[in-house]
Amino acid sequence: MDWLLQQLINGLALGSIYALIALGYTMVYGVLRFINFAHADVLMLGAYAAYFIAPAVSTVLPLPSLTGTLIIVLLSAMICAGIGMLIEILAYRPLRQRPRLTVLITAIGVSLFIEFTCQHKAVFGADTKPFPQLLPVHDFHLAGLVIGSNDLVVVVTTLLLLVGLWFIVQRTKMGTAMRAVSYNQQAAALMGININRIISFTFGLGSALAAIAGILYALKAPGIDPLMGVQPGLRAFIAAVLGGIGNLPGAALGGLLLGLLETFAGGISGLSNYRDGIAFAILILILLFKPAGLLGKATVEKV
Amino acid sequence: MSSPLSPATPTCAGAKRWLIAGIILAVVVSQFSAQFNRYHLGILVDIGINIILAVSLNLINGHTGQFSLGHAGFMAVGGYTAAKISLVASPMLPPALQPVIFLVALLAGGGLSAMTGLAVGVPSLRLRGDYLAIVTLGFGEIIRVVVQNMESVGAASGLKGIPKYTSLGWTFALAAITIYFVTALVNSTYGRGFIAVSDDEVAASSMGINPVRYKVTAFVTGAFFAGIAGGLYAHHKQFLSPTGFDFLKSIDIVVMVILGGMGRTAGVVVAAILLTLLPEVLRQFSEYRMIIYSLLIIVLMMARPQGLFTWKRKKGGAA
Amino acid sequence: MHRRTLSLAAFSIFLTAFTGCGKSGGGGIVIGEFASLTGKEATFGISSHEGTLLAIETLNAAGGVLGKNIELLTEDNQSKAGETSNVVNKLISKDGAVAMLGEVASSRSLEAAPICQESGIPMVSPASTNPKVTEVGDYIFRVCFIDPFQGTVMANFVTKTLKANKVAVFTDVKSDYSKGLAKFFKEGFVKNGGQIVAELDFNGGDKDFKAQLTAIKGATPDAIFVPGYYTDVALIAIQAKQLGIAVPLCGGDGWESQTLLDIGKDAVEGHYFSTHYASDAASPAVTAFVAAYKKRFNGKVPDAMAALGYDSAMFLVDAIKRAGSKESKALRDALAASKDYEAVTGKISINAQRDAVKSAVILQVKDGKFKYLETVAP
Repeated sequence: MDWLLQQLINGLALGSIYALIALGYTMVYGVLRFINFAHADVLMLGAYAAYFIAPAVSTVLPLPSLTGTLIIVLLSAMICAGIGMLIEILAYRPLRQRPRLTVLITAIGVSLFIEFTCQHKAVFGADTKPFPQLLPVHDFHLAGLVIGSNDLVVVVTTLLLLVGLWFIVQRTKMGTAMRAVSYNQQAAALMGININRIISFTFGLGSALAAIAGILYALKAPGIDPLMGVQPGLRAFIAAVLGGIGNLPGAALGGLLLGLLETFAGGISGLSNYRDGIAFAILILILLFKPAGLLGKATVEKV
Repeated sequence: MSSPLSPATPTCAGAKRWLIAGIILAVVVSQFSAQFNRYHLGILVDIGINIILAVSLNLINGHTGQFSLGHAGFMAVGGYTAAKISLVASPMLPPALQPVIFLVALLAGGGLSAMTGLAVGVPSLRLRGDYLAIVTLGFGEIIRVVVQNMESVGAASGLKGIPKYTSLGWTFALAAITIYFVTALVNSTYGRGFIAVSDDEVAASSMGINPVRYKVTAFVTGAFFAGIAGGLYAHHKQFLSPTGFDFLKSIDIVVMVILGGMGRTAGVVVAAILLTLLPEVLRQFSEYRMIIYSLLIIVLMMARPQGLFTWKRKKGGAA
Repeated sequence: MHRRTLSLAAFSIFLTAFTGCGKSGGGGIVIGEFASLTGKEATFGISSHEGTLLAIETLNAAGGVLGKNIELLTEDNQSKAGETSNVVNKLISKDGAVAMLGEVASSRSLEAAPICQESGIPMVSPASTNPKVTEVGDYIFRVCFIDPFQGTVMANFVTKTLKANKVAVFTDVKSDYSKGLAKFFKEGFVKNGGQIVAELDFNGGDKDFKAQLTAIKGATPDAIFVPGYYTDVALIAIQAKQLGIAVPLCGGDGWESQTLLDIGKDAVEGHYFSTHYASDAASPAVTAFVAAYKKRFNGKVPDAMAALGYDSAMFLVDAIKRAGSKESKALRDALAASKDYEAVTGKISINAQRDAVKSAVILQVKDGKFKYLETVAP
């Protein structure tokens, strides 16, 4: 029983990370209808930004501390928001009217470009760097169960961001414009919405989310390298598809489900060696039986 | 090559020319193979294998307008199957039967790979562009995970001691056959459907073309030749490990197709040759190779999405 | 027209690639080296390459060998499968290497070995511990011990020194090294009367190990054997500590790196692993090597891969000296006849399987450093 509950906790902790990353994927997809492959790499850049900012912040504020962490997270999120917007303007905007395949290939190109440039020894180098401890750590022991403070932080952050995003998308003017762009770009433009600004904003917001996810991921596993985003990025994408891509609560649900499944499989000897394939098997199954995802609405392509 | 939009003339003549030229080249070159040193020989074989991979992926990604990121997975299926067969069969049969074993092994590898292609193709065909890309990527990963756990093919430590059957003659003859087959298929009356599906799926289906059938055919055929290429690769490198068939290997092939021009067999062949030679010429800059690759993808997509080696692309109407 | 220009362009590249200077470095002795200088496993490749480089520079400063300069030609295989065969072919056929050094990863050594064997070029691997590597043929050697030995050493250590009866094994399924070491550890440990209470797997590069560690915790082992690489091991140690697992973790030479300490910090404290040499050992050869390496590479402390890279080059050149020739058969025979060669990583004798028979050391992480515990003779 203990074993089961502990795995439940582990799974929720892992799933929250996936959910957090999936929120960014799903938001960009919702507005632009394309998979931003580079999202996972912006996540990595977020972790590296924090890695380089932390020593500077620690000269002013003692680390680990909550305020220090908030400042680092804020700065990294801003940097990544800038990077995300830059990627959109340089790589995706010129292609907006092109076939989706062209954009997709470009997105893969951007993702590989960030990864390989960062792996070069003149940039970050391919080796793993120790990530500083930003938050005070405490493990809560409850009747034989262990809950790490970092895991709690992840769960709470994911929940807050989910609510915050939902609010932005549903209740603000910007969000209304985002939804309008998502439904029909041309009609939105005719209504006086500045499409470029909305898309830039979406990318900025998505990249800021990725940065936050990257830092939380690095806190959980304090070794960062230029390829650290690839694995959680793919998982999160699958989580977004599982929940119904473009749907915010769906992304969160998908992330949690995937985290739980991977954790339970990982805890069983003889199955843990196939853990890497589970997410993809789920992806194929969901696309087969419920292509719109758990919470998504089926749509028919208009001619 | 004739334009895909010209009325369906019997254009197999072009394809036949490829085949004849290729086979003559293969025969001539293999006569001289003793003159080459191992390094040059190895690279020539790499070129041939890459041509097969690129031309077969071009059928899926180029002619049919799908997007597969799992070509390395098909290659792995074919490579491991062929290698296992010749590892088991070659000690039992007399050396005179070597070519027979090799041919059987290659065909079996291609066949199993084609069956995998069918298994992946059928469910994925409801999916469009980006989803398909992710599914094929995932499929490649699943193949890797499965191979990694199969002790009978060496699991993570790899399969060693594969006999060296691959020769220049074999490689180029098979490359010529691949080019012939793909060109003839696309240029046949039946094959017009691939291009129709690629240009506009909805319009194609309203014209009575069944897109699903075409997509499956493209997938299965592409997978078959990728499997053959995998078999050649296995008997060329004499060692296989699961990590050799990762996502980046698929990207290598995708770049060849993009550079050559999607749907342009001649361009893709040239791109496969260039991209195999380029890293050798630029060996001292190998640390920049992947950076250049990725930049190449981005720049090509922006400036010349039709590929570097395509000049006349008469795509109907405003795209 | 276009097509003609194009084929011309292709042809000229073709020519450049093929006729490119077969430079035979002014009569020096050419030694080829293939290493993973970029890509996923670059850290190991760079370490070993630096060791090799230091050895060749030292030898050349002392007048080379057989009155000639030694020319080391290094090619990067980018940690990629399929690439090694090209670079090794190039080193042999185009550059005229008389002997080959490489590699750390057994899977890439296995790709190079058949080529060296067929070309009759002796190959010395610095750190490929998989037994299969030298099985390829009689031209393939190594200067490190093999996994069966290392696995047994740790099995005995866990049984005798740690007095553990129940052990959990946590393997990286992606790595042939990890699987091999796990296999031989299990065999040895069971033979010693121990019991394997849990066997779980991870994939190298994973960041979340809690699922498996929770299962391991439930099996209440006395120790956990984790034959992985240091980046994964550091994270495993951290998460094990979080889950309240207090038993020692043990592993092999893949642990040895400053990065293990940097990432793992107090979570790796007290754990044990076997490796090739201890940089804090009192032997004069080690002290001299560590000093020279630090001087050459900006104060970096050499790890086991660097020491083995150094040894592989020194060992090879010693054989060239004894053979009195760079002719391949004579060189092969000299390598095969090596006995009690004094290397930085211990005395090397080559056995009938062309593996180095040498001792292993066991280190413990203590006060943020690797501390030498004991030497285990073969």
